Amino acid sequence: MKLKTATFGVLAASTMLAGAASAQTTLGLWYHGAGNEVESRILNGIIDDFNAAQSDWSVTVESFPQESYNDSVVAAALAGNLPCILDVDGPVMPNWAWAGYMVPLPISEDALAGHLDATIGRWDGQVYSVGLWDAAVSLYARQSTLDELGLRTPTLASPWSGEEFMAALGAAKASGKYDYALDLGMAWTGEWYPYAFSPFLQSFGGDIVDRSTYKSAEGTLNGDAGIAFAEWWQSLFTEGYSPGTSQDPADRDSGFINGKYAFAWNGNWAAAATLDAGVDDVVFLPAPDFGNGSTIGAASWQFGVSSSCSHPEGAAAFVEFALQDKYLAEFSDGIGLIPSTKEAAAMTERYAEGGPLAVYFDLSKEQALVRPVTPGYVVAAKVFEKALADIANGADPADTLDAAVDEIDRDIENNQGYGH
Amino acid sequence: MALVSAENRGLRLAARYATLTLVALVFMFPLVFMVVSSFKPDQQLLSDTSSLRAFLPVGDISLDNYYAAFRRAPIGLFMLNSVFVTVTTVLLSILLCSLAAFSFVFLEWTGRNVLLTIILATLIIPFETIAVPLLLFVSKLPWLGMEGIAWGWLNTYRVQIIPWIVDALTVFLFVQFFKDLPRELIEAARVEGASWFMIYRKIVMPLSGPVLATAAILKSLKMYNEQYLWPLIVVQDEAHRPVMVGLGYFFQLQIAWGEVMAYLTLISVPVIGFYLLMQRAFISSIASTGVKG
Repeated sequence: MKLKTATFGVLAASTMLAGAASAQTTLGLWYHGAGNEVESRILNGIIDDFNAAQSDWSVTVESFPQESYNDSVVAAALAGNLPCILDVDGPVMPNWAWAGYMVPLPISEDALAGHLDATIGRWDGQVYSVGLWDAAVSLYARQSTLDELGLRTPTLASPWSGEEFMAALGAAKASGKYDYALDLGMAWTGEWYPYAFSPFLQSFGGDIVDRSTYKSAEGTLNGDAGIAFAEWWQSLFTEGYSPGTSQDPADRDSGFINGKYAFAWNGNWAAAATLDAGVDDVVFLPAPDFGNGSTIGAASWQFGVSSSCSHPEGAAAFVEFALQDKYLAEFSDGIGLIPSTKEAAAMTERYAEGGPLAVYFDLSKEQALVRPVTPGYVVAAKVFEKALADIANGADPADTLDAAVDEIDRDIENNQGYGH
Repeated sequence: MALVSAENRGLRLAARYATLTLVALVFMFPLVFMVVSSFKPDQQLLSDTSSLRAFLPVGDISLDNYYAAFRRAPIGLFMLNSVFVTVTTVLLSILLCSLAAFSFVFLEWTGRNVLLTIILATLIIPFETIAVPLLLFVSKLPWLGMEGIAWGWLNTYRVQIIPWIVDALTVFLFVQFFKDLPRELIEAARVEGASWFMIYRKIVMPLSGPVLATAAILKSLKMYNEQYLWPLIVVQDEAHRPVMVGLGYFFQLQIAWGEVMAYLTLISVPVIGFYLLMQRAFISSIASTGVKG
């Protein structure tokens, strides 16, 4: 009798458990971080917590190598095989939204209160994606170098002017101590170019496209400000301040640390490694102001909902769950990126008030300018990258920008204005 | 006089060996660099690139990169996937392409020359131009499996195998080779009453060792080394990823070059092993057909 009762009990319990498990609707999530152990561990932890915390949804993750992630998503969209939750790079989101791969994320504005603006992906007046972190670039320098060269230490409130910046490069070059005064990271290609270098163009007063209409780059990329930027850009290489496109990637990784370069234009993701390498007096300086303010690029990876998703509310529940400060802080401590809220920053080792990288949170908050919010950005970014590489390699600045404008405008026209 | 001649011959021989050794070293340098670098920490690997130390196993040598590479990616799974896809494709390719070539060369049927020309013309079409239509096609195809009919071939081995079984180059290789076989053998077999399939199986294929080796090596290199774009767009789950897509796991913001080299060394082992196994047949076939990979 006891055995029968026990057997019945076990059966009933397992049936209930199975019932509970099957009640959860599975939501697929695609992520760009395959191969990144720390990132995968943290994301899997959030997913496990989410799946255990409620009974409606069960998220499963599939990770992809970052370099091919976008191609995989586009191919899957063509084949009608998208998951429910998509990871999307901030500047790419408008293209995927416009192409119909993504739909608005049904998340309340309250849930987004206090988050860095650039971590919220808006398109066409609606929220499409939200990020757990942002990234920022800054000018790496050693305080000892600044002191030695007699340079003022620029601050967020008072960045170097363009003249001061060039004088600093000139002083570093004249000292004869460095292979080059400035490492721009020319060995990196792809999105690094528009992300890292278009803020210089914007500070000159130009832009990749005209943001007031998003229908042309004419006069914006190749106007007087654009040409002034391009000539300045070329002078960095012709006058020997920076290594060009043939820069050895190894030097990009370790040149500043090894003292080959006086200054480096680099992201916050490399800051911890620089500190760990023993550059104790490294300072992270704001971008120089060439007349129209000091700005840096913004918007990193974010979560959104695919158009194939039958349960956007489930996707939104997961994103909202993942936005908890403890997870933002965990990601920041794990992979070094900037948490998207002040509260989360205070919980981190590096971005808390007084932390070695705290300046980045302020840089992101004060100076971040998202890349052009248009579906055409994915093409314009590649055109911009090529133009900058060509100019660095000696092409005529004005002609190159004119050709770039033609190509960007042609693409916008071919796509009927991308819905603008 | 004879002494001078022998001396000259010796000098010529020495010069030839020196040249060949130099050429061999030039070709071996990348492989040596890859293997040697796989045992060095990143900092040393990068600093050694500016000297000959890059090719020498000196300094801080360890297996750390291999341990880290195995932690970063399921290397065994990727290699197993690639080997399975490659071996299956090569075997089916040899069977079907040789049958097609046999038909083109030995059987009389209307339109065979036109069809062969059309097949060979596909050599000039880059795969990238048909990738998207092919993706749309395979994503809608049915498949009859153990669980009944399923729609769509994405995230399977078959989608990585079937579209690559028949290709113009392999058909061409077999056609060229079969054309040079003595016709008398075939005719004698026909007179004796042998069926076409028996001729294919008992006479033609046993004589086709060199072309089989060439076709197998070229196809396997293509399947193992060059399969990137197609699996990238048709395989979204890790369980079916091949080694070339797996390489992307190692290209993070800060690239761990030592791990990249360790991964490349590991995934090169099957290819180099296969080549060493088949090299004699491969070289003789290359010499006779003039085809290069």
